[in-house]
Amino acid sequence: MVDRIADIWGTRTPYARGERWPVRVDQTLAPGVAEGDVDRWVQSACVLCSNGCGCDIAVKDGRMVGIRGRQADIVNHGRLGPKGLFGSWQGVDTGDRLTRPLIRVDGELVETDWDTAMNRIVERSRHLLDTKGPLSHGFYTTGQLFLEEYYALGIIGKAGVGTPHMDGNTRLCTATAATAMKESFGSDGQPGSYVDIDECDAMFLFGHNMAETQTVLWMRVLDRLAGPNPPRLVCVDPRETPVARAAEVHLAVRPGTNLALMNGLIRELFVNGWIDDAYIAAHTVDVDRLRDTVERWTPEAVAETCGVGADDVRRAAEIFGTSERVLSTVLQGFYQSAQATASSCQVNNLHLLRGMLGKEGSGILQMNGQPTAQNNRECGADGDLPGFRNWENPQHVQELADLWDVDPDTIPHWAPPTHVMQIFRYVELGSIEFLWISATNPAVSMPQLERIRRILDTDGLFLVVQDLYLTETARYADVVLPCAAWGEKTGTFTNVNRTVHLSDKAVEPPGEARSDLDVFLDYSRRMDFRTRSGAPLLDWAGPEDGFRAWQECTRGRPCDYTGISYERLRGGSGIPWPCNDANPDGTVRLYGDGVFPTDPDYCESYGHDLLTGAATGPVLYRATVQPGKAWLKSEDYRPPHEEPSEEYPLRYTTGRTVYQFHTRTKTGRSRALNRAAPGAWVEVSPADAEQLGIVEGDVVAVRSRRGHLEVPVRVGDIRVGTVFAPFHYGYWDDGGSEVSASAHHAANELTMTEWDPVSKQPVFKNAAVRIEKVRDCAGPSPAPTTAASRPACAGHRTAGRATGPGGGPGAVPATVGGQEGEASERFPDTAPPRVASSEERP
Amino acid sequence: MKLPVYLGLLHEAERILARSFRVVADGHGDEPDVHVILGTLAGQCDRHVEALEPVIARFGSEVEGEEEHRVTADGVEEVRTGALGLLLDLQDLYVLVHHLDVMWTMVGQAAAGGRDRELLDVVARCEPDADLQSRWLQTRMKQAAPQALLVAA
Ligand code: SF4
Repeated sequence: MVDRIADIWGTRTPYARGERWPVRVDQTLAPGVAEGDVDRWVQSACVLCSNGCGCDIAVKDGRMVGIRGRQADIVNHGRLGPKGLFGSWQGVDTGDRLTRPLIRVDGELVETDWDTAMNRIVERSRHLLDTKGPLSHGFYTTGQLFLEEYYALGIIGKAGVGTPHMDGNTRLCTATAATAMKESFGSDGQPGSYVDIDECDAMFLFGHNMAETQTVLWMRVLDRLAGPNPPRLVCVDPRETPVARAAEVHLAVRPGTNLALMNGLIRELFVNGWIDDAYIAAHTVDVDRLRDTVERWTPEAVAETCGVGADDVRRAAEIFGTSERVLSTVLQGFYQSAQATASSCQVNNLHLLRGMLGKEGSGILQMNGQPTAQNNRECGADGDLPGFRNWENPQHVQELADLWDVDPDTIPHWAPPTHVMQIFRYVELGSIEFLWISATNPAVSMPQLERIRRILDTDGLFLVVQDLYLTETARYADVVLPCAAWGEKTGTFTNVNRTVHLSDKAVEPPGEARSDLDVFLDYSRRMDFRTRSGAPLLDWAGPEDGFRAWQECTRGRPCDYTGISYERLRGGSGIPWPCNDANPDGTVRLYGDGVFPTDPDYCESYGHDLLTGAATGPVLYRATVQPGKAWLKSEDYRPPHEEPSEEYPLRYTTGRTVYQFHTRTKTGRSRALNRAAPGAWVEVSPADAEQLGIVEGDVVAVRSRRGHLEVPVRVGDIRVGTVFAPFHYGYWDDGGSEVSASAHHAANELTMTEWDPVSKQPVFKNAAVRIEKVRDCAGPSPAPTTAASRPACAGHRTAGRATGPGGGPGAVPATVGGQEGEASERFPDTAPPRVASSEERP
Repeated sequence: MKLPVYLGLLHEAERILARSFRVVADGHGDEPDVHVILGTLAGQCDRHVEALEPVIARFGSEVEGEEEHRVTADGVEEVRTGALGLLLDLQDLYVLVHHLDVMWTMVGQAAAGGRDRELLDVVARCEPDADLQSRWLQTRMKQAAPQALLVAA
């Protein structure tokens, strides 16, 4: 047994470049349950991050009692991380699930039956459609439902109700990934593969704390690092994350300055001739504009703006420019920061300039945050048109109208889909009066929470919330619908590198809880949405019907699922799309042929100006596109809109910790995970702590122009002048529904209502704050010691003031799991799985 | 030689547009994208004003007595409120931008006719911004119009 709270990544299985990652099977069972007691194992994949680790759920007496990694799965080769091991079934098999629908009566939420709850929804929905039309309706969903559920919701929104006001919380986590790929390549679609970790010579992690956000993927990297000829690592992150500690070059940029760095790296490629002129000429457009854009970003200019060493910029560029095979990954440090799309496009450009795409070890992983974010983007529940279709292309709209047998005019396509920040603005202004929120918790996860709470409380808003628990958001609802969780329903979902998994139903949901799919189908039935020929709009009997309908929708599109079926997904590994007649085993990498989906009749988007988000439009696009070539999009750096000032002298950034996921609805209910990271904190550097006269564990007030937090301090390894807060901690476990002003600890109390002009992703990672001490420490802060939030390393410690008992950096106890954190590891002597494709070399 | 008339009017109109962008940006602070991006567009106008200065130093600026040409004399001086108000304010900006756009085109024609390298270069740098400003305003207005005209209070 291994304590997988203390030892997050488990035991090393080193391997060399070109070999396949060895198998290690991780497993945990409920206390008192032995392997022989398990009645059956049910196939699934983990839904606690975007990695999509294949797993089997142990079932005994109709309850989930354990989990084990699937050794045949190409994503995880048997492994699971702490969240999967300790937060999967443990996060849903709890005593406080919603088991009956609730409706608001005289201001209170009271239990009711499904008929009453659904009729209330339908009555209000119908009344508003009749009197105000579809623009009165908004839908805000998640990155955690199944593909079939999103597709149902997409059809309901577009062909039933007919509203453009649909989005998912994927807007907060992965919108920029999708947008950057649309801008560069013409369509969403992950170019790279996890296999590229086995094959690369260098890895660049741009704003991606992989060690904490995708622990199993990081195990793969650690195993390469422990083997012969390890890849060279470069990390861009203002914190000293575990990734930064493993990196050869750590560029701890000032939050908000990513684009300056990227422009500098690109410039170095040009200046040193580390570019592939033939590839650029054959497969890209606009190289001269890119060269002009980066012209002024010498390493010295970058150093000045970003607060990093000019020589480190040179070293990083040299690693990129001279390594034979480079893999880049990008996540929230870029996506939730200023100029998000422009910075992420520059990652694509680094690879395009060197022709490093679609080849072994040379690829891009524009990451996702959530397990099923990819499907939200594919299925159109985020407002985009399903199957990566282009809303500005009348032919694409017609295809959907034919598929669904509805009038094309029903499908909103006069303007881009309304992003969630704008949806909430319309609610605030009173023009959206019906808002349906599924499986997400904006009362904690959206920026500037005081404003969000006010909007959720708007008079005249009819709010439907469907979830597992009575979340902070559900408390504002008029109707609350109890839903089935992972393991309690069947469906498919797709991870970051396009790998599709099936998750089978293992047990019954508690009480009267229903699957989200059943709820959507029921709404469609009760609303009597019909096709042009009078048939029900959604006549699916269950998820498999939904999957088949989806396959038809994807036929001939980049995300072609026509070769995948429930049957094929059972028993073996997940399969990466496109999977069709031409690629019967799925596809490892995209764009190996250098042909990009930019053809105006095929592309998902005609693109935007990266500075303002102004749409290019079909006329200009057709006039300038060279079909099949990628766009080298670029933009100059501009300083963030909120910079430190005398009143707010520090830069504030937010993020995750390894033991929690999002607003902790599941992980916060796992004893092992919650004990490891039980409460909120903020991180400051030793130098700032000294200047502020605070030590480890002191309680401080952190203030921005929009709100404040009162939380203990972790004096940690973060760049001077920067403050970090984890965004997981809301108010559901505070014992009260009201958020009292003195108890504020949600990171988003301080964040800004501002978004990237192209991807519309909110800027969570830049705000100006100040810190004041509130009281002396009563002990160390609850921040884990195992990852980025560990106490500042020796030599950097706060000098000066002696600390009280239990306080101060020296006294922080190590984060351990004890018995609750134990899991087994097995090392079977089997060949590692290969990606299910003939493309991959033996 | 009437080029100084156009240069003067253009110079003045860019300043008025910059001011108008800022008036609308500040007046609609509750629409963060409008607030931020109009600020950026105003900055573009400031740069156009600067870029014109050396040319004006050479040719002069003659706006006296040209009142009837000053379509944009006042620009936007105060904002309206509500969803419809935002739409109308953006539309006012749109008209200003198009007025400027066509003036740049005319100045560009004159620069080409006079083979004036310096002026051609100024036009080449500034004129595309007018197109971008127009496209952004269109993008934003198209998004706002159905909500403002059909369902807003
Ligand atoms: S890495 Fe992600 S998908 Fe895999 S076990 Fe951990 S949380 Fe689950």
